[in-house]
Amino acid sequence: MNCQRCKKAIATVHLTDITKHEKREKHLCERCAQEEGVTIKPQHVHYNELFTHFVMAQPSAHELAQLTCPECQTSFVEFRNTGLLGCPNDYDVFERALLPLIERAHEGQSRHVGKSPRRLGHKRDFQDDLIRLRRHLARAIEDEDYEAAARLRDEINAIETK
Amino acid sequence: MILDELTTHPGEWLRGTGPMSDVVISSRVRLARNIRTYPFVSKADPETRDELCELLRASIKSASKDREWSYVDLSPLDELDRQVLVERHLISRQHADGDGCRGVAFSPTETVALMVNEEDHLRMQSIRSGLRLDEVWQEINGIDDLLEDRLEYAFHPRYGYLTACPTNVGTGIRVSVMLHLPGLKLTNEIERVFRAARELRLAVRGLFGEGTEASGDFFQVSNQCTLGRSEEDIVNEFKTQVLPRVIEYERQARQALIRDRALVLDDKIWRSYGMLRNARTISSEETLAHLSLLRLGIHLERMNAVDLQTINELFLMTQPAHLQKMLGHRLTGEQRSAARAEFIRKRLSDRRPA
Repeated sequence: MNCQRCKKAIATVHLTDITKHEKREKHLCERCAQEEGVTIKPQHVHYNELFTHFVMAQPSAHELAQLTCPECQTSFVEFRNTGLLGCPNDYDVFERALLPLIERAHEGQSRHVGKSPRRLGHKRDFQDDLIRLRRHLARAIEDEDYEAAARLRDEINAIETK
Repeated sequence: MILDELTTHPGEWLRGTGPMSDVVISSRVRLARNIRTYPFVSKADPETRDELCELLRASIKSASKDREWSYVDLSPLDELDRQVLVERHLISRQHADGDGCRGVAFSPTETVALMVNEEDHLRMQSIRSGLRLDEVWQEINGIDDLLEDRLEYAFHPRYGYLTACPTNVGTGIRVSVMLHLPGLKLTNEIERVFRAARELRLAVRGLFGEGTEASGDFFQVSNQCTLGRSEEDIVNEFKTQVLPRVIEYERQARQALIRDRALVLDDKIWRSYGMLRNARTISSEETLAHLSLLRLGIHLERMNAVDLQTINELFLMTQPAHLQKMLGHRLTGEQRSAARAEFIRKRLSDRRPA
C-alpha cells in the first residue's frame, strides 16, 4: 500500500482513530508520518535513560512499577534494574511498558520479520495468543483504552488471517 | 582432556584465509533462543538450570549425532580452562564468569559453538575466517532447524523469538565481523569508520566483543537492531553496505601509507619484528600491537621474515590462559611477560628470513 499523503513511498505507519461511532484509518510512509507529527524519528538512546525519561514519566509509571509476573515473580522494577526479563510470559505481562522500549531499541520496529519455527506445535501457540489477546481486548474496551483496543484488534486480525 | 589438545593449535576462524582476509579476520553469526515453559536463565533456580542443561545437552547430542562435537560442562571447570575457551572465542566472558549449571558444545574445527545457559538458554554461533557471512548464517540456521525439531522455542507471534533482554528479541541474531584496521589507525582516520558504523546503527567493540574496549587495531562490528528485519536483510546490509565501505577505506589508507610514508611504514613494521625477536619481557597488549604491524607487513608484501601462519599462532598462544596452559602451570603477571617474550623469540628464531 502506498502512502496516502505523498502517494509514492510505501505506507509503513498505520493509524486507526476510533471515535465513538466512527473509525478512521490513515496509512503513511515513515517520512510523512514524521512530518505530520504522528511518529518521531527513532534515535538510539541508552537503556537507563529510556527508563527514566520515557517509561517512568508515563502517567501510569507508578502502576507499572507495581506489575509482577504471576509465573516467574519478576517485578517490573526488577527488570528495570537488571535489564533482564524473568520468563517468556513477561513480554505479555509488561507489554504496555515494554512496547515503547522495544520500539526504541529496534529503530521503531515492534513486529518480528524473518524466521519462525516450522513445527506444527506452534499453531497451538497462536491459539493461546488469540485467547490472551481477546481477553486483553475485552479489558481495554472496558477501560475505554481505545488506542490499545485498536492495536489488539489488528493483532487478532493478523493472527486470524495467517 | 579435550582442552589440552585444543590449546596446541588455532581454530578455523584464526586461519587467516577466506575472502578479504587482508582486512576481515573473521565472520560470525549468533542466534539467541529460549525454551518455552521455562524461566530465563537469570530467574531459573539451581534445579531448573540443571534440568535445562540436561534437556539442551541431550537435544544438542541428538541433533549432532553424525558430527563429533565436544560438550564441556563449565561449572566444575578450572578458571584457567574457562579462560582458554574465552580466548578461543568459544564462550563469552560472561559465560566464563557465570555460575550454576552451564556449558558449551563445539565442533572439532570450532566453527560452531553452542553456549548453554548463558544469558539465554541457547546462544549458538558459527564463526569462520575471512568474509563469509552467508556461509556462517546458513550453517547456524541449519543447526537451529535441527534443534527446533527437538525443542519448543519461546516464540511470540508479534515479537518473534523471545530473549531475556528485549534488545535481542525478534530474530535473536547478532552478526559480527572482526576487522583488522591498522591502516586507518596509522592515518588517524579510524573515526571515519566509527562514524559510518554509528550511522548504520552498528556497535563497534574490542577483540572480545561485549564489554571490551575498542583499542588496538582489531575491532568487532555488529548489528544492534534484531527486530523488524529478516535475518537475510541484516546479513545483506553488512555484506553490501557496511563491509565494502570499511574494506575500501582501509585499503586506501594502506596504499596512502605506501605512497606517502613508505620508509616510516617499513620502519614501524621491521621495528615490531625486532621487538618481538629480542624482547625479554612483553605484555599481551604490546605483543598484539606488534603482531598487528607484522600482519599488515605480510599483506602489503613488505615483511618476509615471518609468515601469516606463525602470526596467527602467536596471536592465540601469547594470550594469558593459553600461555599458562602451554607451560603447564600458573604464572604471575611478571612471569607471564617473561615467558611470553621467550616463547615468541623461540618461535621467530625457528624461521629464517626468506
